Amino acid sequence: MTQVEQKTGFDEYFTKEHQQLRMALRDVIKKEVLPNINEWEEAGEFPASLYPMFGELGFLGIGFPEELGGTGGDVFDLVVANEELMRSGSGGFAAGIGSLNIALPPIVKKGTEEQKERFVKPVLEGKRIAALGITEPGGGSDVASLQTTAVKDGGSYVVNGAKTFITSGARADQLTCAVRTGVAGAHGISFLLMEKDMPGYSVGKCLKKTGWWASDTAEIFFDNCRVPAENLIGEENMGFYTIMENFQMERLQLCIMANVTAQLALEEAWKYTKEREAFGKPLQGFQVTRHKLADMATLVDVSREYTYRIAAKINAGIDQVKEISMAKNFACSVSDKVTYDAVQLFGGYGYMREYLVERLYRDNRILSIGGGTTEIMKEIISKLM
Amino acid sequence: MSRKIIFPLQFCNETNFIKICIEYGLILEKGKNMGSEIYFSKDHELVRKAVRDFVNKEINPNVDEWEEKGSAPLHDLFKKMGDLGFLGIRYDEKYGGEGLDYWYETVVMEELARIHCGGVPMAIAVQMSMATPAIDEFGSEYLKETYLKPAIQGDMVSAIAVTEPDAGSDVAALKTYAKKDGDSYILNGSKTFITNGIQADFLTLLARTSDDPGYHSFSLFVVPTNLPGFNVSKKLDKMGMRSSDTAELYFDDMRVPAENLIGTEGQGFIHQMMQFQHERFAVLPLTYISAKDIIDETVEYLKGRIVFGKPLIKKQVLRHRLAEWLSEIECLKQLTYHIVRMKMAGQDVSKEISMGKLFGGSLLSKVADGCLQMYGGIGLMNEMRISRVYRDSRLLSIGGGASEVMSDVIAKLEGY
Repeated sequence: MTQVEQKTGFDEYFTKEHQQLRMALRDVIKKEVLPNINEWEEAGEFPASLYPMFGELGFLGIGFPEELGGTGGDVFDLVVANEELMRSGSGGFAAGIGSLNIALPPIVKKGTEEQKERFVKPVLEGKRIAALGITEPGGGSDVASLQTTAVKDGGSYVVNGAKTFITSGARADQLTCAVRTGVAGAHGISFLLMEKDMPGYSVGKCLKKTGWWASDTAEIFFDNCRVPAENLIGEENMGFYTIMENFQMERLQLCIMANVTAQLALEEAWKYTKEREAFGKPLQGFQVTRHKLADMATLVDVSREYTYRIAAKINAGIDQVKEISMAKNFACSVSDKVTYDAVQLFGGYGYMREYLVERLYRDNRILSIGGGTTEIMKEIISKLM
Repeated sequence: MSRKIIFPLQFCNETNFIKICIEYGLILEKGKNMGSEIYFSKDHELVRKAVRDFVNKEINPNVDEWEEKGSAPLHDLFKKMGDLGFLGIRYDEKYGGEGLDYWYETVVMEELARIHCGGVPMAIAVQMSMATPAIDEFGSEYLKETYLKPAIQGDMVSAIAVTEPDAGSDVAALKTYAKKDGDSYILNGSKTFITNGIQADFLTLLARTSDDPGYHSFSLFVVPTNLPGFNVSKKLDKMGMRSSDTAELYFDDMRVPAENLIGTEGQGFIHQMMQFQHERFAVLPLTYISAKDIIDETVEYLKGRIVFGKPLIKKQVLRHRLAEWLSEIECLKQLTYHIVRMKMAGQDVSKEISMGKLFGGSLLSKVADGCLQMYGGIGLMNEMRISRVYRDSRLLSIGGGASEVMSDVIAKLEGY
């Protein structure tokens, strides 16, 4: 343990149960994920068998109600889970195995009993893979303008359009999909549960991207895809509000991803600069290096503590839409800077794929774009000021 | 300028003002750059066009494939460029060069910057400005005939071998040893991050020739890669610059003829420091042109991307960001032109070049990162050029002397 390694939480936020969960998850990541993660990154996906394995161990159900097969828990259980998944050093793995955390909440909150039975329980057991479908080729941040249409026809909806950048999209059995059922703008959007085997539902090839290689990110197409009307989640045309609610937790998870990315980069940079010698002394013997590390550590600490504070407020049921947007922007700017600096401290090695900081640098880049860009966060913050 | 034109300035807004200015020929069309005409004549522009045509016809259509493959066919590419006279633009005609000045070299580098990746321009820059300047400046007639000439003609591929696993920026910590033995040197050690290392026919290599501490224990050699004892340990897998092959090499009792010593034994470090100036200079045009190029491409995207009812280019926040980057790019470009003028006047430019590289490295990273942000999610996809520029640009503050080394150089040259 180096001095810079993350302290496993202050009692104010984390109970003994949280710590037990952390240790259990850390153990599994260490045994099952870390030895293989480089290979999975190269392959562009991790084995689908990890879903049932994690389901059986109860990790997929963290934060979900026990009556749906979840393991219950509060927001800090989710914090712990996300932090430990990110300790795999692969944002793609964390995002892929965790895609249910953004795909299921709309069903849990607004879905019918039957929907929960069919679309929540098997996902928490790891028997089905779930994804969330909002972004389209023609629109990301501007959610209210989405163009995939669902036209009511008797007892079903006929869906046409496309979704892109869908995390777990290539393998997902079910898609919590935002569609237009009504007028233009925010008031015409609904959520439909779509399934892979529905005629007219097709999956494009996996997208090749800057980072998150272990995640199967795909484009999904709907060509006169018929979806039974009972797959509508909640009320028709009320989907926009569900999306916005869902974003709060997604953004909390992105904060954690950014914080752990920065934390890992800091730890790596600390170890390396301690060993690596130049001009006759270790890099840490240079004042500029020490000050750079001090800046990195300061930012990482401040960002993590702020995120925890917001998590605590969310846990207490206080609306944190503005604050979580601030936290996301701050956390991402920290991880941008810290991963950049870590690569710099590694010099030429930081540019080589065999070094973790190289991946952290690439994986990090999506965080200030996904789940609402930095610019969108600023729009939200300014509106709520 | 005619004094007859009186602007009713108080009656015109900014847009009208610009229109009127264009109409009366006071400024050129929007987006046209008048400044560079001060430095470049018709002859320069002919060279510019020739290189640009070559890049568009022979390089850019193949870049995607080379990036995917992890290497470009350098022998084939360099032969074509050698035939057109691009590789020896500054070198003596006696060795097949064009005998032109630094302005022409700048023109060539500016056009190479328009290649749709960083890896290929880097490979070419190694041949033109990183591995050959020392042979040109300090090499014997034999070395010039045997290595410089074929490099200029594109018959041989070169690489520069300085960095070692335990010595990057700290050049003085090099361990690779060349021990004199009769009429040859016996070379042992290893080099890493060697651009063109897999395909190179010869390396311009810095090795230790004495155990004494200090800068006079090093010598620079031309090391042909077809001699016994030369080994490629591995091809390196990098974040970016994918089309450039980068290798780790090792030398196992490799016998290099004594006549392959460049310049004087014990002067290698000094020779290499001079050579580094050419390397770092070459990076400058690559930086400001790529940055401007990717901004132009991003702006085209922003014009077509409608968000919240209007094109993204109309968003003030984005326009201001672009304006800031353009200002910084212009500064780097003008610093570079200033450096060329100093070089033409025979002045030492080490400090200015270091400043340019320090500033340029972070500038291109910043512009690439910012443009990617403007693209949003699609910018992360490998099929988009911006994602490549983002990965490629990260190297600039590290390779050829890291930003920290540039800062050290600047501080030292200031006498601190």
